[in-house]
Order: sequence, then C-alpha cells, then structure tokens
Amino acid sequence: MTDDVWILGISMTKFGKHPELDIVDLAARASQEALRDAGVTMGDMGVLAAGNLMGGGRLAQNLQKQIGQTGIPVYNVTNACATGATALRTVVMAIKAGECDMGLAVGAEKLSGAGLLGAGGSAKADAATFEPQGRFGAVTSLDGRVGTDTMPGVFAQIGMEYDHKYGGATFDLFARISEKNHAHSTLNPLAAYTKRLSLDAIKNDVMIAYPNTRPMCSANCDGGAAAVLVSGERLRRMDPDQRRRAVKISASVLTSDPWSDGCQVLPDINTLTRNASERAYAAAGVGPDELDLVELHDCFATAELVHYDNLQLCKPGGAVDLFESGATWRDGSTPVNVSGGLQSKGHPIAATGIANVWEVCHHLRNEAGARQIAGARVGLAHVIGLGSACGVHILERSAA
Amino acid sequence: MTAQVPLVDYLVLGPKPHLRAHECSACGARYFDRRNGCARCFATEFHTVEVADEGTVTAFTIVAVAAPGVQVPFVPAVVDCDGTKVRANLVNVEPKPPHVRVGLPVRLATYVLGTDDAGTEAIGFGFEPTEAKA
Repeated sequence: MTDDVWILGISMTKFGKHPELDIVDLAARASQEALRDAGVTMGDMGVLAAGNLMGGGRLAQNLQKQIGQTGIPVYNVTNACATGATALRTVVMAIKAGECDMGLAVGAEKLSGAGLLGAGGSAKADAATFEPQGRFGAVTSLDGRVGTDTMPGVFAQIGMEYDHKYGGATFDLFARISEKNHAHSTLNPLAAYTKRLSLDAIKNDVMIAYPNTRPMCSANCDGGAAAVLVSGERLRRMDPDQRRRAVKISASVLTSDPWSDGCQVLPDINTLTRNASERAYAAAGVGPDELDLVELHDCFATAELVHYDNLQLCKPGGAVDLFESGATWRDGSTPVNVSGGLQSKGHPIAATGIANVWEVCHHLRNEAGARQIAGARVGLAHVIGLGSACGVHILERSAA
Repeated sequence: MTAQVPLVDYLVLGPKPHLRAHECSACGARYFDRRNGCARCFATEFHTVEVADEGTVTAFTIVAVAAPGVQVPFVPAVVDCDGTKVRANLVNVEPKPPHVRVGLPVRLATYVLGTDDAGTEAIGFGFEPTEAKA
C-alpha cells in the first residue's frame, strides 16, 4: 500500500476580469498564495505541473522565472477542461512514485471576452472549388451544416439525450439548476458573478443553444488556482498546525472515453464520468451517500443534470427527481456546486480543476465562512474535458 | 447536367441518396470517417454498409449563437437510424419546440448547399420529419 498524498496548501485567485494580469501573473499569485498557505517555499518543491489551455504552452518555465527557478522537473499540461485536474494528478503521481515528497500544481487561464468556445476565431469562408478534404472528405466547413462544433450546442444535446432516455428534463428544470448555482455564488466573494438571478431572468436571457440560455453557460473569465501536495510520510514530520489543516486526497482518478455506441457522433460524457466515480469511490472507501459536498463540472446547466447520475448521487435515471427533491441546494442532503459552479463562479479552463478542489478543501478545513457546509468531512471534485478526459478527486478532512 | 459533389464522402448521391458507414468486419462498430482501426476492438478490416435513411431523433439542440458565417438558427441532432447513430441537422421543420423534439421520426433529405467557381453543386443532407408535407 503506497502512502497517501495530502494537500498542504491551496488557493485560487478571484475569478473574473483581470485586465492588468497576464497568465503568468495569475499562476504566480495562486502559486505564491498556495505556498504561503502550506507554510513552505519553492525550495521545498520537487516537481511542478502547470496547466494552461489557450495560452500556447510553457507556462511552467515562465512561472518558474517569476517565482523560483530551482531546476526541478516541470510538466506543461493540457487536457481540455480537465487540465487543472490533470496537473494536480501529475503531482500526485510523482509523489506516489517516490520521485519527490512535495510538489506544486497550478492552472491559470485568460478567458474574459473569449466568446463562443469551439467556434473558431474568424468567419469560415467557403472554398472557391469543392475539393474533398479531411477524414470525412468534406468539400466545405461542416460546422452548422452537419451539427455543431460549439460547446453550448454539444452539451445541450447531451442534456436532451438524457430527456429522451428518462424524461422530465425540461427547459424549466435546466433553468432551475442554473438558478441554484447563481444563488449559491452570492455567498462566494471569489466568484465571477455574485448576483442572484431570478428564474424568469435566466429563462428570458439570450438563448445560446436550446435549452441553454446565456446564464446557463459557463462564464468565460480569468483566474488561477494552485495546490501544494505532500506525501503522508513527510507530513507526519511537519508542524501540528500544518497537519491539522492538511486535506487527504483519498482518491485521484483520471479516465478517458471507452468506446461506446455513438460516442464518435455525440461525445459520451457519461461513461467515463461513471467509470471515474466508481474507481474513486472504491479507492477512497467512500460511498456517494457519504459526500458532504460535491463540486461537479456544470459547464452548462444541461451537464449538471447528467452528472448527478454519472457520479451516482442518484439511482440511474433519477437525476430529475434528485434535483426536484432539493437535495443539491446548499441546504440539501448532497449540496452541489455551493461555490456557484462554472455557470456563476466562472470557468477559467485550466484553473477550474484545482479551484473546485480548493472549494472542497475550504469546507473540509471549516474555513468557508458564510457558505460553510457545517461539519463537512468528505467531498468530491469532478471535471470533464470534452474529447474526453474526466478527473475525479475525493478529499477528506484531516483526522488530526 | 450540372456536376454535383456530396458535402461529405459518406453521403452517396444518386436516385436514392443515402449515407454509408465503415463497418468493422470483426465487431460491427460503425464509423463515418476515414479509419486507421476500430476504436472498439482494434481490428483493421472494414467494409462499407448502407445506413438506414429513416430514424428517430435521440438528441437535439437549436443553435441561436454560432461562429461568424454560420447561419442561425439551425437544429443539430443525433438520429438513431436503425441502430446507427448519425450526426446531422434537422431540416424542413420549424426550429422550435415542440416542432423539434426527442423521439421525432425523421428521414434523410438532401439539398443544394452551394455552387463553386467551376459550377459544381455541393449536395448537403439533413433529416426531415417523416410526417412533413410531401
């Protein structure tokens, strides 16, 4: 049995507009704050994994040049919206492999004003001559002619597919899921949006891709998040206060898509999430009914619904009933996205998979202030990057 | 007669236009793109099969905001054609619920989507409600 890996320090920047900060600034702020929170320095780090999706690579080295060049191995990580979780898991693996006993994982992104993701940057002009190209032998752009490449449209179909399978997943229901998350974020000072939105306001906002209106889509914004991880063996030799605030990583799982029927036609975000959660529950020895809070990847309101099912917070097909019961509101039996989630806290892609771990840790350390889930002992953080990659982390409060 | 090309190579034109798929000879998994192997069973032998031209909508959205140059609204959908899932737009239908809905029976339809500088027409495809006016 290998030693456990623990979170010694963790932080996130405020999510939102940071016009004066670049990606390295955001990563540096999050990293320096996580190191301070951990009570250690860059000199203690044996590995660095840095995630950034839209910035062009080499964040790790650029970050080192600002906060500490010590010659340690660095990994530049991209894995779609699971980039942050993948950076975290890279450090977990290095510590589990015995290569080092402490490491830093960071994710940072600049996305304010990025607009529609998946749409490409400029107008797609048709070719002057129709020549078959690519794996489909297409004579012109297929986006808009054979389905959609945009994220709101893809995830909208995933929600409607759930409706086809089980029923009850109406426009109104999806809007009420969004209403919940926009209500939750009113208690989160680091969220991009902290204004409560009425159900009518959500339903009557600009339609992006039915049934997702604008506030039902993840908020593009800037942000960074970072975590310092330590081996259990090293932690046992640290100060009592560090040990008391340390959070145990009871499970760290990353999955990709196993082949499933139709998965190359419409991405199947369900199977790999279910697989990841099953492995995580088994590794942690924790059941879904024991979770005090869940931060899941609500990149769209339609996605949150299917992940209730995929993370086994309900019985198969029971996601609509679970939401209707009130269980996923912050005063319910399984609070989901008490941070406000991606729809309201925001989704600076590479930061998201560490920021959701930060949110869970904040509650497990009893440091979440006005939005504290009382007595939180165990929580789950989930992300999915389309394509796909799914990260699930189960976190437990220190027994000390 | 005007020269025509299909929008994609898996659309077969002719008196009875249809979609074709690459079917894995070992496990039967179907794909529309050029293949290096089977993602399900790793085999590398494929043969061509005709896909049913009628099916049922299992998922859809109505895209109202899209990339520059893409006309909106349009209705991306997944159509289950007798066990083969197909990605396509729904066409010849009011792009609003309940005109579009999951469970809707549909059939393949083709249309001219444009003409290039050489006068060649590109033929696109979509699925229309089977109860639509003939």
